[in-house]
Amino acid sequence: MGNVNKKSGLNTDLLNLGLDTLMEKYPYLKDFFSALEIDPCPGQKTLAMLIDNLSLDHLSQFGLAHESLSAQALEFIAKMEQCRHKTHGSMDRLVIGAGFDKNGCPEAMGITLFPGEVVSVVGPTGSGKSQLLSDIECLAQGDTPSGRNVLPDGRTLDATSRFSGEFRLVAQLSQNMNFVMDLTVEAFLQMHAESRLIDNIPEKIKQIYQSAVMLAGEPFSLDTAITSLSGGQSRALMIADVAYLSASPVVLIDEIENAGIDRVKAVSLLLNKEKIVLIATHDPLLALSCDRRIVIKNGGIADVVKTLATEKKSAACLADLDKKLGLLRERVRTGKHLIFDQNFFFDHP
Amino acid sequence: MNRILKKSDPSTRLVTVAGPPSSGKTSLILHTAAVLLEQGLRIGIVKFDCLTGDDHKRYERAGLPVKKGLAGGLCPDHFFIANIEACVQWGISQGFDLLISESAGLCNRCSPHIKGVLAVCVIDHLSGVHTPRKIGPMLKNADLVVLTKGDIVSQAEREVFAFRVRQANAKAAVLPVNGLTGQGALLAAGHFKTAPAVASLNGMRLRFTMPAALCSYCLGETKIGPDSQIGNVKTMDFT
Repeated sequence: MGNVNKKSGLNTDLLNLGLDTLMEKYPYLKDFFSALEIDPCPGQKTLAMLIDNLSLDHLSQFGLAHESLSAQALEFIAKMEQCRHKTHGSMDRLVIGAGFDKNGCPEAMGITLFPGEVVSVVGPTGSGKSQLLSDIECLAQGDTPSGRNVLPDGRTLDATSRFSGEFRLVAQLSQNMNFVMDLTVEAFLQMHAESRLIDNIPEKIKQIYQSAVMLAGEPFSLDTAITSLSGGQSRALMIADVAYLSASPVVLIDEIENAGIDRVKAVSLLLNKEKIVLIATHDPLLALSCDRRIVIKNGGIADVVKTLATEKKSAACLADLDKKLGLLRERVRTGKHLIFDQNFFFDHP
Repeated sequence: MNRILKKSDPSTRLVTVAGPPSSGKTSLILHTAAVLLEQGLRIGIVKFDCLTGDDHKRYERAGLPVKKGLAGGLCPDHFFIANIEACVQWGISQGFDLLISESAGLCNRCSPHIKGVLAVCVIDHLSGVHTPRKIGPMLKNADLVVLTKGDIVSQAEREVFAFRVRQANAKAAVLPVNGLTGQGALLAAGHFKTAPAVASLNGMRLRFTMPAALCSYCLGETKIGPDSQIGNVKTMDFT
């Protein structure tokens, strides 16, 4: 039994370790066993003994035999350890090499993105924003319609990593996304944290929850079912969750402006996590909170506009205006009349 | 790139695509085939179904040669395995570089995967996080798992789902594909293209046994009761 799968380079010594030791070292084994309806608790037995003691009848329900179960358990541990030690976030830069626009003409430029930077993607509907985002997601190597090359740290990712789908570069947030699990906020965060194989889960849950409430503006509790959160609350929870729990170093956000959350705070939360944030937006306030704007035209990058220092000043005016609008919104919400003139927007209280 | 695909013996690359009903098998195949057609591959489709199905029309509209196999009253998996060799010979006679078979997608016990043939399992994100455990051999024995409908669920749920899939099948590649826009199909195409070529399936083996079926109900019995249950019958334990 001990030499199963020697060829594939799996660590067969694990089979002869005490179960207690194993379960402590690899807590996710509990999940593995429970999926196979195996009760792994009794005492000091080794993994090999546990597997040997299972009846063939029991195993055949799952399409397994003793040997294949041993192999599967070892593969599972190897995979999980690989997931645990993978450091997605270690990317220093993301190079997007120029490709072609819809007419096959070379696009004006490529762009290099850095962690901790927020960049907006602008351009009319159908101009090719989605193609850019899709190129980044699949780490294009001149093989997408745009002919772009997307190179983490300036290097071509090897085909095995690219095609295995293990290197998930991009976390995506869009207006169309919903929660579909029937879980409370707390159970949901717990489940996501567990799947990330991280330590200090309770603390992470607390951080995400607090950030989400801060972004949403409307409080909700940890016991709320995620499917019954309001649009704004859902969006806020999704953003906080991506900030704290997603392994992907790049975040793509689509139309956050209608989400009913504090969009500037949302962006700064993601930035603090050393992510590259790309936002498809036409909202001036949001665009000015970005460092650069990628301008897409006819399928190609036509320009990259740097946000000027003077624009940042204009942004402050816009923020003021936005706050005033917020006050009006609050009046609508509480059933009050809205009587004001332009001075309302320009007076400083 | 297409030079790799040149082969001396008459053979065709074969991919078996399986997955629950409405999980996006046809959409995945259409988008993946579109990528490969662009690269100059000749592609044929075999669609297995139970009673009736219109999926073959979607293939026809896309200009893909398609054969439809209706299992009728038979277990679609048994029907599949009894006919797949003939499909391969049809594919070879048509000169396809790649033949893609799409399963009917019914019970979670189904697993039409063959050793030495690229096995693809399609599941959708909306089916719930427990699905990867429930699906069984169809998922566990796949080489490539494609996750669809990710554009409408949250990032967190996608991550949990992908994790659960890896728990159930640590070896497979796991790729998200958007069945509406085709986003992700490029990487799936990379897998399809490298499927092993087969000249004949005779003598090859299934990766997992098919659901057993040999009782009176298989032969058309409709009456309920112990007197009518003859053959391979399993009863529940209430003790």
